[in-house]
Amino acid sequence: MNEFKPLPNLPPPVATAGVIGWLRANLFPSPFSALLTVLGIYFLYITLVPFLDWAVFSADWFGTDKSACISGGACWAFVTSRIDFFIYGFFPTSEVWRINICFALFVISFAPQFFDAFPYKKNLGIFSLTVFPAISYVLISGGWFGLVEVSTEKWGGLSLTLMLAYVGIVAALPFGVVLALGRRSQLPVIRTFCILFIEWWRGVPLISVLFMSSVMLPLFLPEGMNFDKLLRALIGIIMFQSAYMAEVVRGGLQAIPRGQHEAADALGLGYWKSMLLVILPQALKLVIPGIVNTFIALFKDTTLVLIIGLFEVLASVEAVVRGAQWRGLTFEGYVFVGLCFWVFCFGMSRYSQKLERKLNTGHKR
Amino acid sequence: MASTDFAVQMINVNKWYGEFHVLKDINLNVSVGERIVICGPSGSGKSTMIRCINRLEEHQAGQIIVGGIELTHDLKRIDEVRREVGMCFQHFNLFPHLTVLENCTLALIWVRKMPKKKAEEVAMHYLERVKIPEQMNKFPGQLSGGQQQRVAIARSLCMNPKVMLFDEPTSALDPEMIKEVLDVMVQLAEEGMTMLCVTHEMGFAKLVADRVIFMDAGQVVEENKPEPFFNDPQNDRTKLFLSQILNH
Ligand SMILES: Nc1ncnc2c1ncn2[C@@H]1O[C@H](COP(=O)(O)OP(=O)(O)O)[C@@H](O)[C@H]1O
Ligand SMILES: [Mg+2]
Repeated sequence: MNEFKPLPNLPPPVATAGVIGWLRANLFPSPFSALLTVLGIYFLYITLVPFLDWAVFSADWFGTDKSACISGGACWAFVTSRIDFFIYGFFPTSEVWRINICFALFVISFAPQFFDAFPYKKNLGIFSLTVFPAISYVLISGGWFGLVEVSTEKWGGLSLTLMLAYVGIVAALPFGVVLALGRRSQLPVIRTFCILFIEWWRGVPLISVLFMSSVMLPLFLPEGMNFDKLLRALIGIIMFQSAYMAEVVRGGLQAIPRGQHEAADALGLGYWKSMLLVILPQALKLVIPGIVNTFIALFKDTTLVLIIGLFEVLASVEAVVRGAQWRGLTFEGYVFVGLCFWVFCFGMSRYSQKLERKLNTGHKR
Repeated sequence: MASTDFAVQMINVNKWYGEFHVLKDINLNVSVGERIVICGPSGSGKSTMIRCINRLEEHQAGQIIVGGIELTHDLKRIDEVRREVGMCFQHFNLFPHLTVLENCTLALIWVRKMPKKKAEEVAMHYLERVKIPEQMNKFPGQLSGGQQQRVAIARSLCMNPKVMLFDEPTSALDPEMIKEVLDVMVQLAEEGMTMLCVTHEMGFAKLVADRVIFMDAGQVVEENKPEPFFNDPQNDRTKLFLSQILNH
């Protein structure tokens, strides 16, 4: 009788496992690759080392004006001494705690989304899209519950940037979805309206949208009906970005096979239910990379509001490096602003990758 | 005129895709509990015909009456008809983002307004009937074709339809999976479900069909009980078709 006996498991040969195996497989698999590796290391050495030296090791971190920066490295003293201005703009110092609460809520509602095991993620997600913006608005603008009112001219810095981006993102996605559905509607009136809307907003540069919202719009509005400059800019950003979003979402809708619509119809789900329960969840999942791309673009485009005199983070930094105390620190200024933006954009990108992995139900055949 | 004795009545139904006349004067009465198998060459309009019954396609002339309700542009009536009619597709069309159980409960919860617990009980009942209750928490993409089609049948049955439409339910399946799906359909037929089934599984037709309908070029060419249909076809076109599918 022939009995099946599995062979014993042997350890892999040394050359393919462990540190040496990894090095060999990834860095020195052939003479040409070895050459590239060496060149790459040399390139990193001649760029990264001086940069790190400038940015970290011989940088000056503290001081009250430019004279504190003598060591020849980066002059971060202007960041540390004006950090409040960069974060809060002209927000009254006594009221800054209100913004801090919003930051804390923001972190509390988003940080758990990065961890699989955390419970209540769904509730926190809904909270961060609905209750959180409302609370933040009440807290920051004040005028209610005995809070001092802070007019929007005083808002600024990174907090204004984040606010613009957050409201833009939270509003542009649903608007974009509605526009995308409208563009595929059977009803000619709705379809035409959506096409005109999308093509109009996509066709004009954001900078001119902002300019029009701040300079032209008041000319057309009746006397005395002058609403907030920030609100006008925000509406401009939302309209502009939802047009882009609509096209991204439409791409996803088009990729859903007709059979999915038919199955939903055959079950009697009706238009809205079949869209919300069957089509959109699949379509949005497909276009997560495109959606996040649009979010990131939106986030960076918020810097354009500086041309209509809103002091978001880039404008605040520029104002400081133009001032007498810190004149000429433009390079440090832009590195700092770049880093601020990069941190948030990278976070979004990581989160979207995580979401894609999580939503993958293995239906690709 | 609309008799409720018939589960489905098609009276002089005509349909065009643009200029193309795809259904020509279709007349078909299906009694309650009757099992009908529809066959015919590809492109003859079989799918189009049965898809008119739950208004996945719109007919342009004639009358279609399902369970006493005539199909018109009235959306309410279309919804009523769709509640009475279940459908299974060649490519299953399960919802890939939902688990097997969620696929089955979706319409119960959102169309029938059933509480989730109750809907899950109903869904489990039908998943047991198609013999895959143990797969309830998997996603469709993790199942074999035969299993997916059985889930699709269970999903339709959950809505407790009076009529079931099948559009080539086994054509996309590997041979060894066809039987498991046909077994479920035979069982359904034995329980007295009214069925309209587009299929080329002639064994199935002989076993359960009350009537076999042969279509070509958008017309009903011949209809008869299975035994005379297969053994003594009247029309030359039918003879040719049968010789092609039976002798290969
Ligand atoms: N949406 C459509 N638009 C135009 N022609 C169609 C459409 N659907 C089907 N047809 C045509 O109608 C005819 C019948 O199609 P169908 O009912 O799917 O045939 P069968 O199911 O018998 O193979 C075919 O010639 C097909 O090309
Ligand atoms: Mg067909």
